[in-house]
Amino acid sequence: MTDRPLPLALRALDALGQRATYVVDSLGRFGTFLGQALATILTPPFKFWAFIDRIHYIGYRSLLIIVLTGGFTGMVLGLQVYLTLVRFGSEAYLGPAVALSLIRELGPVLAALMVTGRAGSALTAEIGIMRITEQIDALTVMALNPLRYLVAPSILAGLVTFPLMTAIFDVVGIFGGYLVGVELLGLSQGTYFGEMQTFVDMQDIMTGFWKSLSFGVVVTWVCTYKGFNVGHGAEGVAKATTDAVVLSSVLILVWDYFMGSVLP
Amino acid sequence: MIKVQGLTKSFGRQQVLRGLDLEVPTGSITVIIGRSGGGKSVLLKHLIGLLHPDAGRVLVDGVEITGLRGRALDEIRQRYGVVFQGGALFDSMRCAENVAFPLREKLHLPRPEIVRRVEAALHQVGLEGMGAKYPAEISGGMRKRVAIARALVTEPEIVFFDEPTTGLDPILVNTIHHLILDLHQKFRFTAVMVSHEIPEIFEIADTVAMLHEGRIAEVGPPPAIQASSNPVVRQFIRGEPENAEGR
Repeated sequence: MTDRPLPLALRALDALGQRATYVVDSLGRFGTFLGQALATILTPPFKFWAFIDRIHYIGYRSLLIIVLTGGFTGMVLGLQVYLTLVRFGSEAYLGPAVALSLIRELGPVLAALMVTGRAGSALTAEIGIMRITEQIDALTVMALNPLRYLVAPSILAGLVTFPLMTAIFDVVGIFGGYLVGVELLGLSQGTYFGEMQTFVDMQDIMTGFWKSLSFGVVVTWVCTYKGFNVGHGAEGVAKATTDAVVLSSVLILVWDYFMGSVLP
Repeated sequence: MIKVQGLTKSFGRQQVLRGLDLEVPTGSITVIIGRSGGGKSVLLKHLIGLLHPDAGRVLVDGVEITGLRGRALDEIRQRYGVVFQGGALFDSMRCAENVAFPLREKLHLPRPEIVRRVEAALHQVGLEGMGAKYPAEISGGMRKRVAIARALVTEPEIVFFDEPTTGLDPILVNTIHHLILDLHQKFRFTAVMVSHEIPEIFEIADTVAMLHEGRIAEVGPPPAIQASSNPVVRQFIRGEPENAEGR
């Protein structure tokens, strides 16, 4: 039987239907991938050294970029917020303003974006190259689950390292704000830190913590998925890496808004 | 024995396998030949369970593997060794670690036993003393030999070779072929090899199967294939260009 060409009016509908099917299929595979990875995390054997290696890869090797961006973010915040507050004679609130901005919003989001740029892209490229050079197939035909070796340790490492990276980003950022506000602009040290203690409570810290924890899952999930489902050749790896960074960044911002509106 | 019955596979609108039938006798070396892009690697991926067919069956010692997933398929794969086209060595590991990997992760052997077996495997493929090197630090031929050592170190019953000599010079092609032959005589595994190496493969194959347009065009022992009157087979083994057919 030969395929008869569709009437013109139906072609657009056919294309739309195919696109919709593709999107639903992709979302299904994306979700199933996370489900399988989580199932692998919860069942033995646990690949401890792969997990430690991923903590080193995602966390330790991102430290410098986190310290740099955290420091300068805090300094910019210190300067801009001071210049705004001083107009209202409220510069005493510089400490809480810097700390709350960092702890609730900027720390988790910017740390996640930085780790995505440095480690997430590398994770996608590494797994993508393993896919196109049949290293993942080699694991599969050895009757070994590639998710256990490549994905589960990365997601677990994301859960551990993202909150830690965020905490470091926050602390360095607050110190950056201190450098500008106290050392450069002359605010008293007691005011900067004293007011901070008054206004920042545990709930704010937990908001930032839950955000960073969820970003850890989102970034490692997206980046490992894109690596696993890479196209052909070097171009496929390049596209997967770009897609992983773009999708992770968008999801971080969307999820941040969602978490911000749900968490107290 | 591996039996392939009516195997059909399409990718989009392109039909690669069209009801392919093949039998691989236990303990033999069966070489699948055919033109590039003809579906040889696709067939091999069905045999090792990396692809699932649209129709047809693959039976390994009577067990149908086409419908198997997860642990059931892994049980069959425990009996397999696979040498991939590019070697598929883990590039973050040294050669010895690559060979040790299935022993550690699959067989959970004690460390002294792993060390002993890895040394023996590297010795068998003529790479003693090279275990500390990374795959990127050795030549293509050496990488293929490490891949063979890794595939055979668990002493599998069935070994699949996906173009194990592609990109190697004629001396290395013969070296690898004789290595496979020696190891086959020693371990008596069932070998399924995809290869382009004509006429070299006739020296090592027990059975040669010619894949053409998604089906096995001819199958038999090397002398029968070499004397075949099938124009497709004759053209392929003589390396005649397209327009030379029928002259």
